[in-house]
Amino acid sequence: MVQNAEVSGNINSNGIEHKKTELSRSNHNLVTVKNLKKYFPFTKGSLFNRKKGQIKAVDDLSFNIRKGETLGVVGESGCGKSTTGRAILHLEKPTAGEIVIDGVDVTRLTREELRCMRPQIQMIFQDSYASLNPRHAIGHIISEPMMIHTDMKQSAMKERVMELLELVGLNPNHYGRFPHEFSGGQRQRINIARALSLNPKFVVCDEPISALDVSIQAQVINLFQDLQKELGLTYLFIAHDLSMVQHISDRVAVMYLGKIMELTTRERLFNTPLHPYTQALMSAIPIPDPVKERQRQRILLNEEVPSPANPPNGCVFNTRCPVAEEICTRSAPEYREIETGHFVVCHKVDAL
Amino acid sequence: MAKILEVNDLITRFYTFDGVVHALSGVSFDLDEGETLGIVGESGSGKSVTMMSLLHLLPTPPARIEGGKALFYSNRNEQNNNTDPVDLLQLDKSGIRKIRGGKIGFIFQDALSALNPVMTIGRQISETLIEHLGMTVDEAKKRSIELLEYVGIPEAEKRFSAYPHQFSGGMRQRTMIAVAIACNPEIIIADEPTTALDVTVQAQIIELVQRLKKEMKMSVIWITHDLGVVAGMADRVLVMYAGSAVEIAPVDDLFYNPGHPYTIKLLGALPKIGEEGQHRLESIDGTPPDLLSPPAHCQFAWRCPHAAEKCWQAVPAAREISPGHHAACFFDFAARRP
Repeated sequence: MVQNAEVSGNINSNGIEHKKTELSRSNHNLVTVKNLKKYFPFTKGSLFNRKKGQIKAVDDLSFNIRKGETLGVVGESGCGKSTTGRAILHLEKPTAGEIVIDGVDVTRLTREELRCMRPQIQMIFQDSYASLNPRHAIGHIISEPMMIHTDMKQSAMKERVMELLELVGLNPNHYGRFPHEFSGGQRQRINIARALSLNPKFVVCDEPISALDVSIQAQVINLFQDLQKELGLTYLFIAHDLSMVQHISDRVAVMYLGKIMELTTRERLFNTPLHPYTQALMSAIPIPDPVKERQRQRILLNEEVPSPANPPNGCVFNTRCPVAEEICTRSAPEYREIETGHFVVCHKVDAL
Repeated sequence: MAKILEVNDLITRFYTFDGVVHALSGVSFDLDEGETLGIVGESGSGKSVTMMSLLHLLPTPPARIEGGKALFYSNRNEQNNNTDPVDLLQLDKSGIRKIRGGKIGFIFQDALSALNPVMTIGRQISETLIEHLGMTVDEAKKRSIELLEYVGIPEAEKRFSAYPHQFSGGMRQRTMIAVAIACNPEIIIADEPTTALDVTVQAQIIELVQRLKKEMKMSVIWITHDLGVVAGMADRVLVMYAGSAVEIAPVDDLFYNPGHPYTIKLLGALPKIGEEGQHRLESIDGTPPDLLSPPAHCQFAWRCPHAAEKCWQAVPAAREISPGHHAACFFDFAARRP
């Protein structure tokens, strides 16, 4: 089964010792996504809202996330990275597909069952200011998940809030302050504290550092890594900053127009990218090293990303691909495992 | 090489209800003919305010330029062979209007809000040409289409009557560049022109500006927070922190032999591409100082790992630590390394 290539690949590697990749910290999959689809209908006309078509924001994704690992998702704006994260957490109801988190298929849960599942799966948003209620003290903001999901006493909650503030590197005595009294980096720490308040297993981080300055980014990234080590968290880390993604991730998925183009370990992705899109993306990252910058050859992609409402036939990348051939405009390439743990969607990958 | 712009001790303050914001406290730098100067710094460090002060783009009040000089050595003076520099800060409204958009072009970060949404792309480019070069409407139209083609917009003739919202982010930024180069400027100031764009489009825009710079013999000031971009395109780099210039150096010196602890820390905070294994990023603890009440000592002192007693007593002046390499620090960090 082609679309399940990665899933079956992992079942194999469970059985056969030598097929294990070095980086798999554990072979236990915490999250398994199979054929995930999320289509948004778009309508025309103000009165009757006639359905005109659909935007395939996420189209047939299959991957898994191992326990304790960080899976990075990169791609240009509009490629469906955020929708993927939101669909996994059921913030958007997926159009089709299966999402198994810790052995439970969340797509089949009722509302109430899903609510009970929520403490284990949390999200950190990009805009740290918009995601905190400006009228609540941060102590209240951080304890809100506990009020909803647990029957902890007020005093126990306060203690837990202070513990969390300490954990994310804020002064515990600031629990009575309001979001506007904190800087961007500190607000992102508050968001992290709130996400961690119920001891989640899985956290989706949707561009958590994009709005921060370089020196603050480093602080927050280090915090993410420390917390992962300390609490055994599993991350889905969505970002457009490729250099940060390669820094924090164990494996990285590259998305383009709602599809995964390549998925592999970060070392392989950054040293030997196979998909022409990944290669172009890698060559476009600015490197803070003048000599390396002067020596490098940029692969400039012409044109811009096609509209997801009207994606190209065949391979979605064929309109910008430097090596596209006739076959690429006719049939969509399959999601194949080229080597253990290295998935590529391209007709020409063997030739490259 | 001849200097084209020389800024000395520029001081800009904002008078707000909360008090006086010391946005720039004495920034000095110069720009040579045909060079690309990168200006890097975190948000609030004064990168944009510097450029906007020079071109009188700040609303006054609250802003007030309280000191300094900005000498512009224009050598494309059509009327006479006058090569006396002009102090941009002393010009009146009509004086700066002749230079802004004419001899000095500006590219803004947010192309969507910089372009007028109810005016066609063509009119916005023509406007500059009519205003500065006195072209007729027909001449301006012809030239605008040429410019659009020149910056790589396909079907320029058709796009001439399009509106900004019909363009993608990259195309809007190309339009901004077309407006900026319309009058054959001597200096292009680009204020974070690629920050809102995807990396692949960013690479296209950088390529475009570098091509234009060579072909039109311009000098470029490129403001960014991305040290990677600077490494690829700048000849010299100015690092700003909390309203002052902490270091200015040729690009190689800055990256391989930084002289200010802030620059050193900033470079350490960047992830390395293609490295094996996971390592920790060096982070700079704390946050930049509050510019409402800037300290009377080194601005970086309380985040600096090397701060000594004298750092808490006075503001260090910029010193030349090697030819063309200035750093505002009491200590010489560049020399300590082999």
